[in-house]
Amino acid sequence: MKNSFHFKIGGQAGEGIMSSGQIFTKFAARSGYWTFDFVEYPSLVRGGHNTFYATVSAEEVFCTGNHVDLLIALNQETVTLHRDELNPGAGVIFDPDSFQPESIRGVKFWPVPLLKLAQTAGHRLMANTVALGAVAYLTGGNLKILKSVLTDVFASKKKEIIAGNHRAAELGYEFAKSKFLPLGDFLGAKKSLPRMLIGGNEAIALGSIAAGVKLASIYPMTPISSILHFLARFEKEAGIIYFQPEDEIAGISSAIGAAFAGVRSLVATSGGGFALMSESLSLAGITETPLVVIFGQRAGPATGIPTWTAQEDLLYALTAAQGEYPRILLAPGDAEECFYLTAEAFNLAETYQTPVVVLVDKFICEAHRTIPRLAFGRVDIKRGKMALSSFSPAANKKSEREIFPRYRLADDGISRRGFPREGRIVKVNSDEHNEFGLSEESIKNRNDQLEKRMKKTAGLSQLIPAPSLYGPAQAEVTLVGWGSTKGPILEAIKELKANFLYLNWLRPFPAQSVSRILAKAKKTLLIENNYQGQLGQWLKMQTGIEIKNKLLKYDGRQFYPEEIVKKIRSII
Amino acid sequence: MTVKDYETKVTPNWCPGCGNFGLWQALKQTLVDLRADPGETVLVAGIGCHGHMNNFTKISSFEGLHGRPIPIAVGIKLANHRLQVIVSTGDGDCLGEGGNHFVHACRRNHDLVVLIHNNSSYSLTTGQASPTSSLGYQSKSTPEGKKVEALDPALLALASGATFVSRGFSGDVPHLQEILKAAIKHRGLAVVEVLQPCVVFNKDQTFDYYRQRIKKLARPYLKRGGAIRACLAKNGRIPIGIFYQQKKPSFESRLDQIRKKPLVRQSLRNFDWDKLTGEFY
Repeated sequence: MKNSFHFKIGGQAGEGIMSSGQIFTKFAARSGYWTFDFVEYPSLVRGGHNTFYATVSAEEVFCTGNHVDLLIALNQETVTLHRDELNPGAGVIFDPDSFQPESIRGVKFWPVPLLKLAQTAGHRLMANTVALGAVAYLTGGNLKILKSVLTDVFASKKKEIIAGNHRAAELGYEFAKSKFLPLGDFLGAKKSLPRMLIGGNEAIALGSIAAGVKLASIYPMTPISSILHFLARFEKEAGIIYFQPEDEIAGISSAIGAAFAGVRSLVATSGGGFALMSESLSLAGITETPLVVIFGQRAGPATGIPTWTAQEDLLYALTAAQGEYPRILLAPGDAEECFYLTAEAFNLAETYQTPVVVLVDKFICEAHRTIPRLAFGRVDIKRGKMALSSFSPAANKKSEREIFPRYRLADDGISRRGFPREGRIVKVNSDEHNEFGLSEESIKNRNDQLEKRMKKTAGLSQLIPAPSLYGPAQAEVTLVGWGSTKGPILEAIKELKANFLYLNWLRPFPAQSVSRILAKAKKTLLIENNYQGQLGQWLKMQTGIEIKNKLLKYDGRQFYPEEIVKKIRSII
Repeated sequence: MTVKDYETKVTPNWCPGCGNFGLWQALKQTLVDLRADPGETVLVAGIGCHGHMNNFTKISSFEGLHGRPIPIAVGIKLANHRLQVIVSTGDGDCLGEGGNHFVHACRRNHDLVVLIHNNSSYSLTTGQASPTSSLGYQSKSTPEGKKVEALDPALLALASGATFVSRGFSGDVPHLQEILKAAIKHRGLAVVEVLQPCVVFNKDQTFDYYRQRIKKLARPYLKRGGAIRACLAKNGRIPIGIFYQQKKPSFESRLDQIRKKPLVRQSLRNFDWDKLTGEFY
């Protein structure tokens, strides 16, 4: 994590930690830098310790490390909890009227009367903006850019609030300038291509919109709630309905009903909600109803530590729900993949007429980073085999000739989809059914229909893109991982003789390419945010290859590159 | 169109004498009377004896999971509110497994008909007690007799906010047909509880039991208080008819996005990308 600047703000929940942090990263992004940020918080509305953490660099950043160059401490607890993360030469901004921190060797303390200056600017709530003004000076940043961010962030508020925040930023900047020397030139304005600063959840929401989602029925749950917040806020601009169901079962049921009626529909949840949904996943399987399910993992079991991250649900998500039907699972590892793979999930769901699970986790959902501009034009829409407009009831000479043959047998297993409308009777059925959707339990029909469904994805594993191998082709050790470990692993291998086999299409599994890559590896190392090494187990089932070296972490915290580097060094 | 035009070639597999036959007859006759297009009319069922009706009825249909027909119907209606969506559900399906959905669908006043085939028994699984079987009902799950009072679906619908609440009897098809017709025409959530005896498992609520006790209500109430009093059994008499009907905007009619055309007819890309992405720069 060389040439990066690490920023942290900590205090009590409810003190505006998250919004101040986001103003900071937007300021850095607009100044031309790459950023990555995330927030840690307990499952509380008020009280409890919250921290916001950002890394800023002139080069692309994939995650944060566990060290800090500049800390805004809104209370003593913040200094106590994070003192070991402070780099030599780091600095701490605090309000001397609030508390007096004990000194730490090699660390600068910058007393800034945050509250007093905020009151001068207009309101005590602007204290964090005073601190950000001081940060702008201490990091060589441009106050004008900070003010432009404040203007946009508070755009919906009264003019006095924008003016007050501008004043607060100026007061913080001027105060720091009159008392302290800058920490260094970390945020001096640079020219760069415009980049988006976006979280995984928002990228998922945008990917769904770009793919033409029409109904999202999502019950709130950490860590996916901000998907529904975005969709609810932009219902009209996106041309969709966001529907808040009474529970997750209703959510997935309504999404299935809507897909049957002809629109692209979306649900999102975490492990507990997914458990409630799983019977209906199977319903989508047998009725051949397209559906996209976003599954944002958090650390369980049951409620577990619900605001922390984990990759504990891979094997569960891969196999949940009764019966055999074709299953597809994609696992994006960052915000950009969240956008494109979510959009792709809609195409797969409609092409193969089956549910598609998009598996992410808290560290992807709620972390934000700068990425190249997301373009909806890069998303193709493929709706699969649809009813021919020439279909007329009389053309079908079988006994039920007026019913649309929704489940007609086909070589590739994929029947044409038709939606109920005037003159077109469409029947779908959770019971085993014949081509007209009428219940039928004969041996021949059961075999025909089940084989038809299972055939649908037979060729899919050949069509999916080969997994990425990051880093040098020849390496001392090949790391294997998926999902949110991607960022810390990419950061870790920057300076080592290691490469990284990254998997984001997990079912169907790209068994041949994975076997080919692993056959060439000198040593292998599995990295996962769980206890059992679940990708390792799945990979062994699919390829017969066992990865013996493992780095597993299940404390609810994401990996830091330093931990991975240490493990690699111990193997090489 | 005639009643035959709404039948598939599948022979009904209900037991001879099943109360569902009268209900089915009333439904088909209502579709004839309303000249319902069989493609645009969607029957959404759960699992139970009621669910078989999807196989015999030649209209669009979705047979889903036990307890879940209501939320499936909600999704269909949100995607295409021009479809006439009729939920067909049972006492176990609607009030046991799916009770939560029933309460919330009533509260939100979706433009749906919820047709409850109430035989006060889990007949498809050999007659165990259901939420509406009466105190003392003997079955394989209640060998000593049921120790819990019965739930009244009409009362629950009224308390939950449904804007059309009624009860019919499958032994009186013309009367049930009148109720069904009014329910389908109603814009908002219309509950039709149908007393339909299970002739195999339920020895308490038989055709004769109901014939001796039912009492027809003259006209619906416009206020919930009156409707609640009217739907309760009194002096051993079981009231049937439309208890309550009120005009209120349906959930779907409150959505600006579908005022001009249903979601299913809208372009997949009728979004404003710059507005959607502006805040990320």
